[in-house]
Amino acid sequence: MVNNFTKTVVSYTIWKDIDKIIIMERLHMEVYLDNSATTKPNIEVVNIMTKALTDYYGNPSSLHHKGVEVEKLIKTARKQLAKALGASEQEIIFTSGGTESNNMAIMGAIESKKRKGNRIITTKIEHPSVLNVYKNLETKGYEVIYLDVDSFGKINMEQLKESISEETILISIMHVNNEVGTIQPVEEIGKIIKNNNENFIFHVDAIQSFGKIKFTPKKIGAHLLSVSGHKIHGPKGIGALYIKKGLKMTPLIYGGNQETGIRSGTENTPGILGLGEAARCLYEDMDNKINKMWILKNKLIEGIKNEIHDIKINGFEKEGSAPHIANISFLGIRGEVLLHSLEQDGIYVSTGSACSSKKNTKSHVLKAMGLKDYEIEGAIRFSFSYNNTLEEIDYAIDKLKKHVKDIRKIVKR
Amino acid sequence: MKKVLIVRYGEIALKGLNKSYFINKLVNHIQANLADLGRLHVHQAGGLIYVDMDEYDQDEVIDRVIKVFGIVSVSPAYKFDKNMDSIYEVAVKHINERIEEDGIKTFKVESRRGDKSFPMKSPEISRMVGGYILSHTEGLKVDVHNPEIILHVDVRDKAYVYSKKVYGYGGLPLGTNGTAMVLLSGGIDSPVAAWMMAKRGMEIEAVHYHSYPFTSERAKEKVVDLARILAKYCGNIRLHCVNLLPIQKEINEKCPEEEMTILSRRFMMKIAERIAIKRQCNALVTGESIGQVASQTIQGLTVTNNAVNIPVFRPLIALDKVDIMDIAKKINTYETSILPYEDCCTVFLPKRPVTKPRLDKILQSESNLDVEKLIEEAVKGMEVIEVSVEE
Repeated sequence: MVNNFTKTVVSYTIWKDIDKIIIMERLHMEVYLDNSATTKPNIEVVNIMTKALTDYYGNPSSLHHKGVEVEKLIKTARKQLAKALGASEQEIIFTSGGTESNNMAIMGAIESKKRKGNRIITTKIEHPSVLNVYKNLETKGYEVIYLDVDSFGKINMEQLKESISEETILISIMHVNNEVGTIQPVEEIGKIIKNNNENFIFHVDAIQSFGKIKFTPKKIGAHLLSVSGHKIHGPKGIGALYIKKGLKMTPLIYGGNQETGIRSGTENTPGILGLGEAARCLYEDMDNKINKMWILKNKLIEGIKNEIHDIKINGFEKEGSAPHIANISFLGIRGEVLLHSLEQDGIYVSTGSACSSKKNTKSHVLKAMGLKDYEIEGAIRFSFSYNNTLEEIDYAIDKLKKHVKDIRKIVKR
Repeated sequence: MKKVLIVRYGEIALKGLNKSYFINKLVNHIQANLADLGRLHVHQAGGLIYVDMDEYDQDEVIDRVIKVFGIVSVSPAYKFDKNMDSIYEVAVKHINERIEEDGIKTFKVESRRGDKSFPMKSPEISRMVGGYILSHTEGLKVDVHNPEIILHVDVRDKAYVYSKKVYGYGGLPLGTNGTAMVLLSGGIDSPVAAWMMAKRGMEIEAVHYHSYPFTSERAKEKVVDLARILAKYCGNIRLHCVNLLPIQKEINEKCPEEEMTILSRRFMMKIAERIAIKRQCNALVTGESIGQVASQTIQGLTVTNNAVNIPVFRPLIALDKVDIMDIAKKINTYETSILPYEDCCTVFLPKRPVTKPRLDKILQSESNLDVEKLIEEAVKGMEVIEVSVEE
């Protein structure tokens, strides 16, 4: 096995050398199957962002024309995102990304309900940008109920109903899990909330479901819903929070009262226009895009099942899971070793644990699903986008088969 | 009046006819460490080295100068014409600075008269300056036994006033003792070993072994970062990165499981020796410390030592882990070393590595392998990185 790296340039802390950062020799195709981590921005998105930086650089708060034109563009972007979400533009607040949207939703919700009680309901498999907010709130006297999940990563509705008490002020559930793709029954939860006279707030983290499943916050019955730009072929550093009309929100950040005072700070024009454009591209052809991801996912799973023995599919295969995530354990293999082997062939995936003896890096999601240590160790997440092709999947299956065989040969003594 | 840094060297002062060679090296290293700040004038006179640092950031200059091996201590000082009026004036100015900075309450004056033509003797200078300070400041006391600061007045080519002393690391100037090839892992020990040998005047090159794709690219980046920290002391470091995976695979296939580690170590030594000879290095350096791990028992060391012919230095051999960690913290490699990336994948770690290997048995196992071919291929595929201090 040759080392595919070209010579490294070490002083790449300097901007002028940024294009010299180690790039593997391109001896192969690039197959990017890590779209849950981030996606490649669409070229339309890049173009509009470049324009935002070169022509539309005004401050939307300025009184002169240079500001007004930008204000109009931001309004358009807000409309595009609102349309893709099936919401009105007054219900959309731009944030710095998914993490801020989740933080803002939770902190704002408890601020407005704190006189009513102190119980919060969530799940064991939320994203850290939700879980760690709750860990912090627990130290401040809030009681947080972390719902269990079954071996497919789905919560139990009975347990949820039992957890609701007089003291409950917020239910916060992720729509699609970022590691295994399992869909939570958010519409059922929305109904329960309706039946409870909307006594508490319902927040949905839809960062992994936006553009992958058809939904609207209204249909779900969510009061708050988070989305992120870079998971839908938009830029990083931009996200949004849907806030149902009439819901009072407390800001996390104070300042010049932009975004109706809920999120101050000069608008990130390139990010906002990029997100608006990404939402427009997404909305244009959503059914076909979703369909294509299903075809890719099914093909990969079938291929792996046929070609490789001793594997375990984590989460649902079809019904009940999102079209863009497949999580598969290759038993007897360390995920990170397989990841680096695949990267040599230009295939990019992610793992359920990192190869480190010093730190516990095992996925909390797979643990909550009751996977055994060796199953977590061998877990690989493949995540698709409509830009992937069937040839790429064939190539990936072929390389997977080879590397899994090689690594198993070494590990088995 | 000028601001200068007085630089004192230790062991070099004991050198005989070669003294000037060492001192010139030292001056060159000081200049090199300051090069990116600007052209600071560095000169030597009367057993000391002076750095003019007028408009430069004093802390920045000191931080760079004390990283030069061979320096015992430095003192930022005022340099001015030698007459008593100026001495009074500067002494009071400096004392006031110290009151402002550190809120000092007690002091003592010590004088040295290198220039014997100066009309006043040292005790007299001290007495007069001390008296002048007391009558021109508020709330200060003299304490001859336990002063918070000692105000030094030195009269040589010019007059110097200072009160601070920052200690360096001692040792000998880089490059006065040849070049060493260090086996640099991502751990705590090997960077410390490299630093200790550099402190005794050896220039440093390094070889790093990884098992990509069984180890991560980030593990290699971590070693580059460590080399960059070391470069502040040792100058630029040429880092040779060698992929050991093909060799590990061979050993895995053809040798007893419990000998995996010890055989890999022998290959690491042999490859390092090969590169060292090519690069005209005089010795290998490892971070081994006796008894620390299975391959560092006396029997393990005997077996790995047997793999090479050039000298192998193990500066940490008799240090406890705690002592090594202390040095690592002092030289600023510790935080980087403990980042959790593995340097050699544990996939190949035997469950019970042999702790008392017998040389004859290990050589027997090694004969199952085409050693020469494996070494050659490893060296051929290596990647070379020139690591310099961050610009």
